[in-house]
Amino acid sequence: MIRMENVEKAFGSNQVLQGMNLEIAKGTSMVIIGGSGTGKSVALKCILGLIKPDSGMIYVDGKDASTGDRDAFLARFGMLFQGGALFDSLPVWQNVAFRLLRGPMKQPADYAREIAIDKLRRVGLRSNVADLYPSELSGGMQKRVGLARAIAAEPEIIFFDEPTTGLDPIMSGVINDLIREIVTEMGATAMTITHDMSSVRAIADNVAMLHDGVIQWTGPVSQMDSSGDPYLEQFISGSAEGPIEAVR
Amino acid sequence: MNPFFLLGGLGRAVLALFATFGRVGLFAFHAVSHIFRPPYYPREFAVALMNIGWLSLPVVGLTAIFTGGALALQIYAGGARFNAEAVVPQIVAIGMVRELGPVLVGLMIAARVTSSIAAEIATMKVTEQIDALVTLSTHPMKYLTAPRVLAALITVPLLVGIGDIIGIAGGYVVATQNLGFNPATYLLNTVNFLETRDIVSSLVKGAAFGVIAAVMGCYYGMNSGRGAQGVGRATKSSVESAAIMILAANFILTGVFFSL
Repeated sequence: MIRMENVEKAFGSNQVLQGMNLEIAKGTSMVIIGGSGTGKSVALKCILGLIKPDSGMIYVDGKDASTGDRDAFLARFGMLFQGGALFDSLPVWQNVAFRLLRGPMKQPADYAREIAIDKLRRVGLRSNVADLYPSELSGGMQKRVGLARAIAAEPEIIFFDEPTTGLDPIMSGVINDLIREIVTEMGATAMTITHDMSSVRAIADNVAMLHDGVIQWTGPVSQMDSSGDPYLEQFISGSAEGPIEAVR
Repeated sequence: MNPFFLLGGLGRAVLALFATFGRVGLFAFHAVSHIFRPPYYPREFAVALMNIGWLSLPVVGLTAIFTGGALALQIYAGGARFNAEAVVPQIVAIGMVRELGPVLVGLMIAARVTSSIAAEIATMKVTEQIDALVTLSTHPMKYLTAPRVLAALITVPLLVGIGDIIGIAGGYVVATQNLGFNPATYLLNTVNFLETRDIVSSLVKGAAFGVIAAVMGCYYGMNSGRGAQGVGRATKSSVESAAIMILAANFILTGVFFSL
């Protein structure tokens, strides 16, 4: 469903992606792991068109992602941002129903609110949260609201950018379980970026390890521990010894 | 020191300046063009009208009334040197309407509105809210920039008009209470002396300054660097640039209206 072919991206002299190839099958959950600054978020933003690759091709359902109707393309995606990226000026329910309150998917406000409250319940939040503002919520609640926003319009493809960063282990577990449940329930194609190995095991069907701007290893999560790939093994073990330099 | 090093530095600075002019010009063009193209965001426009127009009234009013009062005192004191104290109403009126009203309101808007727009949008950028807008199929130029530019285009001329009136009123109060002017004569002299061209120039300057203030806030916000330092730098640069551009535009518009 999503295919990246030789995607390259540099910021000044920093060559972040150096010919990245990746394929994500429809209805599967791909988790991309890798050290900080290896270009995981850049890869994700390249697919969405938030960053323009220097070279290479990205296809979604066989079609070049850089051409065609941009609104229709983006309407297929939902995204949970690392920090939530909730709009400070809007109450929670309007954040969740953002897409349903404007643009081509616009619905009556009452109906959009109902959907927002339903999605908030789906991520384990009570309806009284709906009228609060993002600044009144804890980090974990903000992540859940971000998750509710990502699924509000029932997208075909959902991206999760470091969904458990900054959360305690229990809240991380709750978010991981929610992501797995929602992706399975909706039949969506998911792509997650994380450093958190417990997230990888909870969320992934397939795993890809990004290092030095290329995918070093990719395969089913069940084969991850027996991959024999020194980069992946070092990353899983969290050891300072190995091919990945600790000082970058 | 190698003279070529200095020359090279100067060349780079000039090129960077022209590149910035080009980028700001293109940004302004896109910002204005999005005002006329759907989708429209009436709620964001209403919020911008409130923030830029209504909430700026106190600062504009206070600036204008003190300026008008001080102007009356200065003209009276200066005019006394050659027995021209009687020209206070005329000079206060022309000074406020042609120059001080639009320029001071423009600068106060740059301080209050440009900084606020730049800081808000820059914060949205560093917290990925702008990226979130895009993924929610919402064009940031339409959602963030167009409503603010349109609101500034509409409200700043009104603020300038109100500032002109309050400034003249400040001069009137000082002149009639402290300087012994007859109230009716003062008002008559003020009204008789002002021409339509004075008022039109004031309002046109207001519209131009409003667009400059909003565009600079949005431009620096959208192009902010990372982190708190990026937000701070964007805010500072937006106010500096808006203030300088407002003063430059004032000079050009004054030339257009009164040198022909």
